[in-house]
Amino acid sequence: MKIEFVLNEKKQVIQVDPVSRLLDILREDFELTSVKEGCGEGECGACVVLMDGKAVNSCLIPAGNIEGRHILTLEGFCKTERYKIIEESFLKAGSVQCGFCTPGIVMSTESLLRENPQPNDNEIRDALSGNLCRCTGYNMIFEGIKLAAERGKGLW
Amino acid sequence: MKDSISKPIPRVDAPAKISGEAKYIGDIRFKNQLFAKTVRSSRAKAGIVSIVKPELPEGYFIVDKDDIPGINRMRTVVSDQPIFAEEEVNYIGQPILLVVGPEREMIYDIISKIKIKYRDETPIFNLDEAEEKGAVFTEYSYSKGKPEAAFQDGLKIIEDEYHTGLQEHVYLEPQGMAAEYRDNTMFIYGSMQCPFYAEGALKDVLGWGSDRIRVIQSITGGAFGGKEEFPSLTACQVAVASLKTGHPVMMIYDRDEDIICTTKRHPSIVCYKAGLDRKNQVIALAIDIKFDAGAYSGISPVVLQRGMFSATGVYNFPHLSVRGRNFMTNNVPSGAYRGFGAPQTIFSMEMLMHNLAIKLGIDPLDYKIRHLLERGEPTCTGGKIWDEVKLPEIIEKVTAMSDYRRKIQSNGKYKGVGVALFLHGCGFTGNGEQLIKGKIILKKNGGTVILKVSSVEMGQGAETCLRKIVAHTLLLPMEKVTCETIDTGLIPDSGPTVASRTTMIVGGLLRQASLELKDRWNESDNIEVSRVYRHPDYLRWDNDTFHGDAYPTYSWGANVAEVEIDPITCEIDVKKVSAVYDVGTPIDETTLTGQMQGGIVQGIGWATVEVMNPSKGKLKQHNLTDYKIPTSMDIPEIACEFIENPYEFGPFGAKCAGELPFVGAAPAIAAAVSNALSVPIKNIPITPEYLMELDKHED
Repeated sequence: MKIEFVLNEKKQVIQVDPVSRLLDILREDFELTSVKEGCGEGECGACVVLMDGKAVNSCLIPAGNIEGRHILTLEGFCKTERYKIIEESFLKAGSVQCGFCTPGIVMSTESLLRENPQPNDNEIRDALSGNLCRCTGYNMIFEGIKLAAERGKGLW
Repeated sequence: MKDSISKPIPRVDAPAKISGEAKYIGDIRFKNQLFAKTVRSSRAKAGIVSIVKPELPEGYFIVDKDDIPGINRMRTVVSDQPIFAEEEVNYIGQPILLVVGPEREMIYDIISKIKIKYRDETPIFNLDEAEEKGAVFTEYSYSKGKPEAAFQDGLKIIEDEYHTGLQEHVYLEPQGMAAEYRDNTMFIYGSMQCPFYAEGALKDVLGWGSDRIRVIQSITGGAFGGKEEFPSLTACQVAVASLKTGHPVMMIYDRDEDIICTTKRHPSIVCYKAGLDRKNQVIALAIDIKFDAGAYSGISPVVLQRGMFSATGVYNFPHLSVRGRNFMTNNVPSGAYRGFGAPQTIFSMEMLMHNLAIKLGIDPLDYKIRHLLERGEPTCTGGKIWDEVKLPEIIEKVTAMSDYRRKIQSNGKYKGVGVALFLHGCGFTGNGEQLIKGKIILKKNGGTVILKVSSVEMGQGAETCLRKIVAHTLLLPMEKVTCETIDTGLIPDSGPTVASRTTMIVGGLLRQASLELKDRWNESDNIEVSRVYRHPDYLRWDNDTFHGDAYPTYSWGANVAEVEIDPITCEIDVKKVSAVYDVGTPIDETTLTGQMQGGIVQGIGWATVEVMNPSKGKLKQHNLTDYKIPTSMDIPEIACEFIENPYEFGPFGAKCAGELPFVGAAPAIAAAVSNALSVPIKNIPITPEYLMELDKHED
């Protein structure tokens, strides 16, 4: 079927099977490889993208559901000033190790800060509950997010 | 002014990972590439009677044992696992053949039409059955003092037994490997820790020399030992497939496949016979260690050795006998996993000491302190503790940070605090470093320096730390010091990225070479300095009797865990972990803290939520829905500090670090649970079901 949607601020029209996964469309058809597949069943959050500003697992979104939606991946988001703040905060706080979960966590962070620019510890934990990380033990990611909220005051 | 080496700098690999530009193997495409999918055994132990293959559409291939030009075995410590099964299969998930082609849908269709007929045989599913049947891969023993005589000497004898479970690595990036045969050379690209292990395996399987093999590491999304020996298997499989098809071949596992067939942490049973004198001091100890190696021996002998050489933890028992056995079962092969056998034996040792103390009415920490190793004393293998042991300082610090002494007195029911003391042997076990003789090269090129090493970045921060050691020595900015691509055609073999050896051993060689380069800096614009590892002269090791210095030195630590138990559900809530480590000198405090935090949380998972049960050889947990690892909601506050204790032969005094934090978390939590419920904990994972059972027995 024909689907129209907005990807990283650009209108796209694609011809796809309506049950194909958004994850595959992004990775295979658009070569947006920041979107990772860690489990394929919505548990790990490595494939998180924003759909109309909300974090979703792209492995669980069938193509039919993106009609008319705005999809934002890290490739689109990384050009923004907010991204720069998240990047420098993650660098400073040591929030990154192997990096495979990182793109999903950056997108979850953006989704959190859009809704809640000054989150407390519990709100940060809650926002990341869908993103698994096996390297860091999470605390240094929390630190990175807190730092971003502080340094980016007024941006969100 | 010169900054301290420990002062944190931003990780060099982080920007590309944060922006999503970092390309992992699954993000790479080769021109005309084919995909490969593995057909695996559905039986735990069986003969293969026949394989009926469908007619293949054009451009599709089946690759199996008959396509291997060289030896059909994966080279590792014991090269017993076939690359593709021959006449028999020995575990569920064992690779039999690959289906290779351009479209994944068609590959799945072909796989559904392959019919394999088996002749089932009687499998072995656990350690008890294996022991009964005498299915032993490896048996070792060693002793110290006169254990037999000591046990005859009127000591009070206490016997006990401890169990630990299977654990899956759950690196976030599943296994992935690609092969491209071109220009008469096999190029291998993939997610791995040990490119030269893969090269060795490929030499056997292809029957070629290293001049026709290039192994190139792609950005690796976590490993923890899971990408130590296992990638040798997939590298050989895709290589044979590329040779047969003439196309580049890409094989990426999905999570289910990864969990079903990759190596795991060895399940263990450790049995003790402790002999106590009149003052309740443990004078004699007999330890019997049993590991479930799974269906193939592989790397397990060395895992068992580390488990055995770490078996007395931080204590000195005058009379000791240690027996270790790897058992053969028809479970998925066990392999390398952070800590490499030591977490199992140290968990058991710590809980033995804890439970003995409780039984004797002595404070567990005081009882442990009475047995501590000191500098100059013999190690369990009759070597020597050569370097300063700062355990008293570590204990003082961790008890102060956690207010342990007050909490152990005042904690009520369902609320507990526990302490664990531990060490980790730095670098390869036994004579490993002398055998491998790691080599490094430093090359000055004008105003820049290139490091040539085979130690890989896999998330732990190796690239940052190794470059930092060189940059700091040469007083160059980080951007002037770079690493050569991890490509076996371009770098020397500095040994595998394992055993917490990268910073201490490889970093140590880089430090020596940098000092030489610094002296010779003005000689010319092109200078090459190399170094080959030499064991410190004073160390002795006999690999036949297991006598001497099993490790060049040790890193040390103490953890205090605080838990609350839900009185209804028996779920454990880990509230806080306080941790103090002596890893010599921290090379980068932030990177190191990341290792410690992450290691502790993996240990919390192993101790509490990570349940993996095979049922008749088939894992009941095979995805991230039923195999749970800690999430952001599960983790405690973690306070982590370091004590400086520079090691003469480590770069800037650094010792080993990456595995150490994993070792301490589980026994600290188990001790805290024991304190909260007044029950002895002897098994991990500590599931609610286990606690409810214990509760029944207590009543």
